[in-house]
Amino acid sequence: MLLRVENLSKAYPGPEGPVPVLRGVGLQLRAGETLALRGESGSGKSTLLHLVGGLDRADAGRIAIDGQDVTGLDDPGRAALRRGTVGVIFQQFNLIPSLNVRANIAFQARLAGRHDAARAARLADALGLTAQLDKYPEQLSGGQQQRVAIARTLAARPALVLADEPTGNLDEATAAAVMDQMLALVAETGAGLMMVTHSPDLAGRLGRQLHLRQGRLA
Amino acid sequence: MTRKVILFCLALLATPALAQGFAGMGTEAEGFAAPAPDPAFDFPADHGPHPDYRIEWWYLTANLEGPEGRRYGLQWTLFRSALAPGAREGWDSPQVWFAHAAVTTPEAHFFTERFARGGIGQAGVRADPFEARIDDWRMAGPSLDDMELTATGPDFAYDMNLQAEGPLVFHGDGGYSVKSDQGQASYYYSQPFYRIAGTLTLPEGGVPVSGAAWLDREWSSQPLAADQDGWDWFSLSFESGAKLMAFQLRQSDGSTYSSGTWIEPDGTTTALPDGAISAAPQARTEVAGRTVPTRWRLDLPARGVDVTVAALNPRAWMGVSVPYWEGPVTVSGSHDGTGYLEMTGYE
Amino acid sequence: MTRAGLSALWSFWRRNPLQLFTLVAGLALATALWSGVQALNAQARASYDAAAAVLGEGRYDQLIPAAGETVAQDSYLALRRAGWQVSPVLEGPLQARQARVRLVGIDPLTAPGGVGPMTRSEAATLPAFLSEGVVFAHPGIAEALAGTLSQRVVADPGLAPDTAITDIGVAQRLLGRDDLSRLILAEDQPIGRPDLSDVAPGLIRRASQQASDIGQLTDSFHLNLTAFGLLSFAVGIFIVHGAIGLAFEQRRAMIRTLRTLGLSLRRLMVLMGLELALIALVAGGIGVALGYVLAAGLLPDVAATLEGLYGAQVAGGLQLDPVWWLSGLGIALLGAVLAGAGAFWKIIRMPVLATGARAWAVATGRGRGCQGAAALALLGLAGLGTLLGGGLIAGFASLACLLLGAALALPLVLDRLLALGEAFARGVRTEWFLADTRQQLPGLSLALMALLLAMAANIGVSTMVSSFRMTFTGFLDQRLFAELYVEAEDTTQGAAVADFVQDRGATVLPIQWVDTHIAGQAAEVYGTRVAPAYVENWRFIAQDGTDSAVWDRVADGAAAIINEQLARRADLWPGDPLPLAADRTLPIAGVVGDYGNPIGQVVIGEGLFERLFPAAAPERFGLVTDTPAALRAALQDDLGLAAGQITDQAALKQFSLGVFERTFTVTAALNVLTLAVAGFAILMSLLTLAAMRVPQLAPAWALGLTRASLGRLEVLRALVLAALTGLVALPLGLALAWLLLAVINVEAFGWRLPMFLFPGDYAVLGGFALLAALLAALWPAWRLARTPPSELLKVFANDA
Repeated sequence: MLLRVENLSKAYPGPEGPVPVLRGVGLQLRAGETLALRGESGSGKSTLLHLVGGLDRADAGRIAIDGQDVTGLDDPGRAALRRGTVGVIFQQFNLIPSLNVRANIAFQARLAGRHDAARAARLADALGLTAQLDKYPEQLSGGQQQRVAIARTLAARPALVLADEPTGNLDEATAAAVMDQMLALVAETGAGLMMVTHSPDLAGRLGRQLHLRQGRLA
Repeated sequence: MTRKVILFCLALLATPALAQGFAGMGTEAEGFAAPAPDPAFDFPADHGPHPDYRIEWWYLTANLEGPEGRRYGLQWTLFRSALAPGAREGWDSPQVWFAHAAVTTPEAHFFTERFARGGIGQAGVRADPFEARIDDWRMAGPSLDDMELTATGPDFAYDMNLQAEGPLVFHGDGGYSVKSDQGQASYYYSQPFYRIAGTLTLPEGGVPVSGAAWLDREWSSQPLAADQDGWDWFSLSFESGAKLMAFQLRQSDGSTYSSGTWIEPDGTTTALPDGAISAAPQARTEVAGRTVPTRWRLDLPARGVDVTVAALNPRAWMGVSVPYWEGPVTVSGSHDGTGYLEMTGYE
Repeated sequence: MTRAGLSALWSFWRRNPLQLFTLVAGLALATALWSGVQALNAQARASYDAAAAVLGEGRYDQLIPAAGETVAQDSYLALRRAGWQVSPVLEGPLQARQARVRLVGIDPLTAPGGVGPMTRSEAATLPAFLSEGVVFAHPGIAEALAGTLSQRVVADPGLAPDTAITDIGVAQRLLGRDDLSRLILAEDQPIGRPDLSDVAPGLIRRASQQASDIGQLTDSFHLNLTAFGLLSFAVGIFIVHGAIGLAFEQRRAMIRTLRTLGLSLRRLMVLMGLELALIALVAGGIGVALGYVLAAGLLPDVAATLEGLYGAQVAGGLQLDPVWWLSGLGIALLGAVLAGAGAFWKIIRMPVLATGARAWAVATGRGRGCQGAAALALLGLAGLGTLLGGGLIAGFASLACLLLGAALALPLVLDRLLALGEAFARGVRTEWFLADTRQQLPGLSLALMALLLAMAANIGVSTMVSSFRMTFTGFLDQRLFAELYVEAEDTTQGAAVADFVQDRGATVLPIQWVDTHIAGQAAEVYGTRVAPAYVENWRFIAQDGTDSAVWDRVADGAAAIINEQLARRADLWPGDPLPLAADRTLPIAGVVGDYGNPIGQVVIGEGLFERLFPAAAPERFGLVTDTPAALRAALQDDLGLAAGQITDQAALKQFSLGVFERTFTVTAALNVLTLAVAGFAILMSLLTLAAMRVPQLAPAWALGLTRASLGRLEVLRALVLAALTGLVALPLGLALAWLLLAVINVEAFGWRLPMFLFPGDYAVLGGFALLAALLAALWPAWRLARTPPSELLKVFANDA
């Protein structure tokens, strides 16, 4: 089992005491499987993604990736998790503004010690970024920026790809194209994919769908 | 001639510090000689300074006429003031000298002043041959009857010759002049019979002038009464050849103390007691921020004198360290003539 | 509308108190340093003026001797008798217990209005002054004088320190003189006076507009202070410029909204102007108060400097008139206008519906080009000014161009250096670090410019001071070669000492001089008994013949030696004739370096000196002996000299060096302050940038860097930038030092000093700069390391 989440809970501090966001969520994901997380705003789907991605700590419950319990990891441990095991694609601000496209694509792979120039070049080619390699993020369109983010994540060959509304900022046609490329490339690597999305259409293209409602799986 | 004692006091009252310092003048003079009745003058020695007395002056005024009958007035005054009795050489000398000079025209009034320390040769008076001097100003002759007179200022200068045509005139009782009810007195004589001629240097150029001049000599040690505000002093020369010196002291209670001397053309004098003369302002002029009477009615019934005395230039203001009004006047009425008027204490 | 607009504008500051603080603090600091220095200058000038006014200097023309230092009293009388309205002044030193008093005698009767203390004193009257011998004295010496003199002493705080005034007659008696020092010329003079040359041919007229000797000498020092004040002001304005620029940029959206809602551009400008003026006034008020504190703190050192360097007296209590306070507020407003002009201009030109506003910090290529061109132009001007310029003002202008040009060039230079580093970098973190640092440059460049200026000023000034110190120490070794120095009570004791010492086989070198004017310059003429020690020790910087030939001619009274100051100011060099007195001219045989005093010196042979100045007799002696301790004991035991009358060489050197060190205390203090301001600028820049940094750093964090390592990298970034700035500052500072030594000093003091390098000092300074950067970066980095993940995640939030 690639990912096992058991009884996960998380609350954020609010003006009138802690506000529970996740209330005992459990799920499983196998390698090569794709899962869509759906739910209304505030249902906790992004929080679930962040906890799985080692970006934040859970209050209670357990997360295991590849059989390894990651719930209790300290800051450096979670940083290592982000570098080596998972790859996260956000809706926006994915890229490092001071690095050009080539360096951005290579960044995570190099941090993880898995950089393969040929693979990076293939990914760039597959995503139609070859002409943009020397440009800086601010010089790219939104679709191009998300393609760079996808290339960068997949270049690091993570076991688990996490995506948070990756096409949420894009127009419909571009969104569809980017989604196609991403799904194809993820399938190629055999990684698991968990994606947060509003869109029933996008969700429908994934293997499974889970609905979150008020911090619980519906 | 109390007027100049006050003048002197005020001259050094120019600053607050001085006011304090010379408040001492209101008390009896320490160690200074005091004038006594029945003086026996010794000339020419007495034309020179008397350092044991506190205050002394050589005071010359002149009524002049230039080309086309244009009238002028001239003043040359040297004061000696002692901080302590006696003469010493060097900066330690207690004698202080100061002087005023002025030229008055119908439209303008030029004046300036000088200061000097005694004992270092910057100023002084020598009796024989006579010389009174401060800086470059001189009144000097072989004798008091025959003198050169010079003074310079930033905007005027003069160079005159004086010839006495009559005797010295002694005021009061043979030169012992009592000044108040309280007995203040001075030694006081005059030479009112000078013919004067020379050149005035004015901004418009040199002006040849001639006329009559009047020299006062006075020295004393005694202070004024504290209740005297100021004075009005007249020296008049009538066309008849007679002359009149008269003054009134204005006292703070509104009363006046007046005195004077009637001088015949031959120099014979008659002292005029308090009340013999009356002087009343007829017109006033505002000058230098003060209102000063510049036309007077002068009455001396005993001599049939009832005249109007009018300033040639009502703006003859002496803006020196302690300012006062002094200038030439025209006399008309029962007697015609010219003269000089001095007024102080108008605030 | 106005009210709504104002409250909308103001809400920005409420939400960004840090930026408001930066703005106010920057402006307040700039104002404080500027007005503090102005206060010091004003205080010093007021002291000179007080001294000058009491003595009639400054307001009235004066008659001074063409040569020598005395006016015969007969000249005074001759002038008065010729109608010249002059008033005598006699000045001389008077020993009252430990105090050395400058006693001034005046004649209050002839002195023009305002001269002399008694015109305002209630404590003593004119008759008392004239007849009793009252002495007015500065309170600092009144007691000592009262204990020494029989005259009544009145303390008068209006007098210059160590100055006493009395009647001229009393002064002549106390000083044992029968002559005068100079004559004050009244404004109104009678017509028809003879020419001065006909009446008093030995006197020349010095116009009142010409500052006194002290004024001329100290001008350079005050110009120095002013330059420092300006530099600090510039550094502060850099901060303010950054703060205003950032605030305006961040308010673009709000400004657009307000304009869309119908607020006219004109009214908006007025409102923003008002807002800025208000902030400037508040900051100015704080700054002026700080400036006062600064000035009050530095005043004792400034006073010590002026006294040590020039012998100029400055009163100790800070007294400032309202104009100073107002001018402080004015300079704050001016600073705000200078710093905000660009931002206003941008807003005026901004269309109502501008799109895609670029981040304020990202410099466009065109902007960089302009900056580079301006930097080059300024550096060129600096070079040109140094080559062609003459005069102190030109020197300082060159200096300003150099500093400003270098500051403008700094971001470009740093960018190139970092790009170079990137090219050679190995490792993804290093590459990212360098790339990110480069991207931060525009936002930090103003703070870094401030740091550059502060460091360069530090390097330049410390190099100058240390070079000066080395030269000065060498100079002391040259000059103070006698083992003992004796100061006799009077000339009689002096003669006794000379005989006594001679009998014991030691060499006696009388030290005697007169103060005078030579070629229009204040100068001292020394009568020297030429001894082998002089030939061995003194070093010429220009000479006519061998060392011993020069000294032989001096000994024969056939030539003179002058110091460098006199040589440069009067352009007199070996071979030129030196007008020594009204009727005496000597050829110059040699020029010596002289760092002990600012005025000119002439050295002539003892014999000639005695003929020219028969009144002067030596009271001080240098004694060359092999047995200083024994001789000292003999002088005290056998001749009854007090211990205080004998000084040994080491003590004298130590004293001289002490004076020297105090002289530069102020410079050092201002240096530290400037560096502190630069550190503050870095801190504020980092803090304001911190908010903008999160979106830049969050991706790196999400990709696997810990917050702690990001924080460490932020600190490292500040250190790297500071270090690189330090690298640029070093050559700039050395150029500055060269300018100070070779241009400014020559103009200001009249001497040119060799430049020495002090790598150790520079290393320490570099350490300080790094420390400042470290301290400035620590807090923002610590905050970054402690940022909760949820804050970082907000960057990526969808629902926002």
